[in-house]
Amino acid sequence: MRYGVLAFLFAVPLAATDSCLECHSVLEGRLQAPAKAFANDIHARFGFSCADCHGGNRNEMDPETAMSKARGFVGKIPRTAVPERCAHCHSNASLMEKYKPRQRVDQMAQYRTSVHGKRLATGDTKVATCIDCHSVHDIREVKDPLSPVHPLRLPETCARCHADPAYMAGYKLATDQFANYRKSVHWEALAKRGDLSAPSCASCHGNHGAQPPEVESVAAVCGTCHVVMEDLYKKSPHQPVFAAMGAAGCVVCHSNHEIRPPNVGMLAGPNAVCSQCHDATSAGGIAAAEMAQQITSLEKALARSDEILANAQQSGMEVSEALLRQREGREDLVKAAVAVHAFETAAVQKPVNEGLAIAAETYQTGASALKERTHRRLGLSVSLIAIAVTMLGLWLAIRSIEGRTTPSS
Amino acid sequence: MASATEPPQRVGWLEERLGLASIRAFLAHKTVPVHAQTLWYYFGGITLFLFVIQVLTGTLLLLYYRPSPAEAYESVQFIVTRVQFGWLIRSIHSWSANLMILSAFIHMFSVVFLRAFRRPRELTWLSGIALLGLALGFGFSGYLLPWNTVSYFATKVGTDMAAAVPVVGHGLARFLRGGNDVGGATLTRFFGFHVAVLPGITTLLLLAHLMLVQKHGMSSPQRAVEEYRRKGLPIPQMPFFPNFFLRELMAWYAALGVLGSLAAIFPWELGVKADPFAPAPAGIRPEWYFLAPFYTLKLIPSHVWVFEGELVGLVGFGLLALWWVVLPFWAVNRQGEERTRLVTGAGVVLVAYLVTFSALGYWR
Repeated sequence: MRYGVLAFLFAVPLAATDSCLECHSVLEGRLQAPAKAFANDIHARFGFSCADCHGGNRNEMDPETAMSKARGFVGKIPRTAVPERCAHCHSNASLMEKYKPRQRVDQMAQYRTSVHGKRLATGDTKVATCIDCHSVHDIREVKDPLSPVHPLRLPETCARCHADPAYMAGYKLATDQFANYRKSVHWEALAKRGDLSAPSCASCHGNHGAQPPEVESVAAVCGTCHVVMEDLYKKSPHQPVFAAMGAAGCVVCHSNHEIRPPNVGMLAGPNAVCSQCHDATSAGGIAAAEMAQQITSLEKALARSDEILANAQQSGMEVSEALLRQREGREDLVKAAVAVHAFETAAVQKPVNEGLAIAAETYQTGASALKERTHRRLGLSVSLIAIAVTMLGLWLAIRSIEGRTTPSS
Repeated sequence: MASATEPPQRVGWLEERLGLASIRAFLAHKTVPVHAQTLWYYFGGITLFLFVIQVLTGTLLLLYYRPSPAEAYESVQFIVTRVQFGWLIRSIHSWSANLMILSAFIHMFSVVFLRAFRRPRELTWLSGIALLGLALGFGFSGYLLPWNTVSYFATKVGTDMAAAVPVVGHGLARFLRGGNDVGGATLTRFFGFHVAVLPGITTLLLLAHLMLVQKHGMSSPQRAVEEYRRKGLPIPQMPFFPNFFLRELMAWYAALGVLGSLAAIFPWELGVKADPFAPAPAGIRPEWYFLAPFYTLKLIPSHVWVFEGELVGLVGFGLLALWWVVLPFWAVNRQGEERTRLVTGAGVVLVAYLVTFSALGYWR
């Protein structure tokens, strides 16, 4: 009985012993690093050990037996074998259901379709495998901010290879994507505003099935988020022309990685993207200039109303309803900018007219508030004069009364 | 020339029915001491004047205000944007409330520093302190009524503090809120307190306070009394009517000028409508007169020995308030001698604490 109790007490620690970690944690340098890093690994949290990927027997304390090739020990896994090794579990739906029931299990199938997967199959070991993006030995969940594939860190992770001219030398690929992306409106949303839903590399190129979008599918990729623009573009006169030219839809005007915030300067002016194809005197050039003028007129009208309303608000006037209406005006401005993708002035004019009507109304409210402020101050001045005169009268009355009498004792 | 006790002929009709002669006789005999600190006497009258303004403007606001979460904010917005001079009435009501509390505090401290609470004026002091408490109650209940974000969350914080009071805290918070959280029931309840319960009690207490002031007359500072005693003279007096009354009237006009200027140049903000499901915005703080205790509670650590910090703070404030309320009873020792230095010291420390901690609570 006494031994039974002792056996019970020590049974759990003994079962939990991992000889790989025990030995490697007391080694030095590259032999120790995996053991230290593994403490933060998601697999360690779920009870997996080194032996689950590298083979061998973690319960054996003798190194010879623990790392016996006869027991399946493979040591360092060749890069070409890494995807298959990960897929051993990650493509197993019934196994993954025990740990991450909602996680997809088609990563390997997607990887095989990717440029990385295809090149790896030909023996190119420079291409990315699972561990190049997800790290190795300290693999974290995607939602963990320290994970290299967390949305905020993903662009830098891709850039480790794709922005390195020496590494990419043999692939005939540009290496300025990351530098360009960092100038884009998408990067600003992601990195500066912390918007995790903002697009990064994988949003357009895919993650496990990473490849550049084909020319004809660019609009569809952008349309994943910019639904209305895609719809308008598909019905526009540009779509068949660009398709015939082999031009990549949205990219023709907006670029691919360096997507800047849109502005009227894209329609008209020295840096207009329209002028790349349309002469200023052509029908297309005239239409572009007209759309720019429509949008500018609404921008100016809203800014004018903003200014007068801010002035009224600083004076303590209640203009909150007008400020709410201004938001509706700004929505019309966005609608007008979206309507540009129909490439018809009539489509832009409609929201512009609605916005201009709102701007006129809010400006009138601001002007009335300032007029009211002047009236109030005039009324206050008159009242203060009346009060001062009354006080003077009272003071004279007191002096008159006290001139006749003195304080009694 | 008719004497003060003889009614002019044109008021003969009223005289026969109301007996105005006795009022005139009373006014002719009522006097006010004249000394270097007479100025401080006006603050009681200014507080009363601002209370009357509150009643008048509050009554006008009642014509349009609707006490429900769905309509409260919109009704106040309607008052300030659509009703003729509604903005002025609402702004005067809000500014007047704040000036009234400021004036009441000045009145209280002038009473302390001039020792006007001494025997036999203990009940005058107690009724005055109760009126100040009611004024703070008006402020707390009225703050929620526009149902804007700041007032909603400040009421949440305030009623949460009430919940931390030992033994009765939970019941008190439920009573104030009309439920477990600040909501429609709280608004209705605060409206009821603000326009019916508090005005009723205030009117009765105000009458009692004024009657006591009348019964005992205006107190003269001990130093002035002794100074004249040394000269073998009684302290000089001025007739209440018309001399003091006209001066008081001047003070009221001055207060009206300040009030009108503040209301017209800095109209009281309406803010953004309260959204109970939104997170509390940063920098929520109560009205300025609650800032000192609010900031002190923020400074107290979460635990003091084995007790919760908030509880320690509330018990501390409760004991301090009680000590202040019974000031007339500890201001004199058993031998009947006045503890002048102690009272002045306590007054100075309290003023310094209120000013410093209110400023810190506002700026930090």
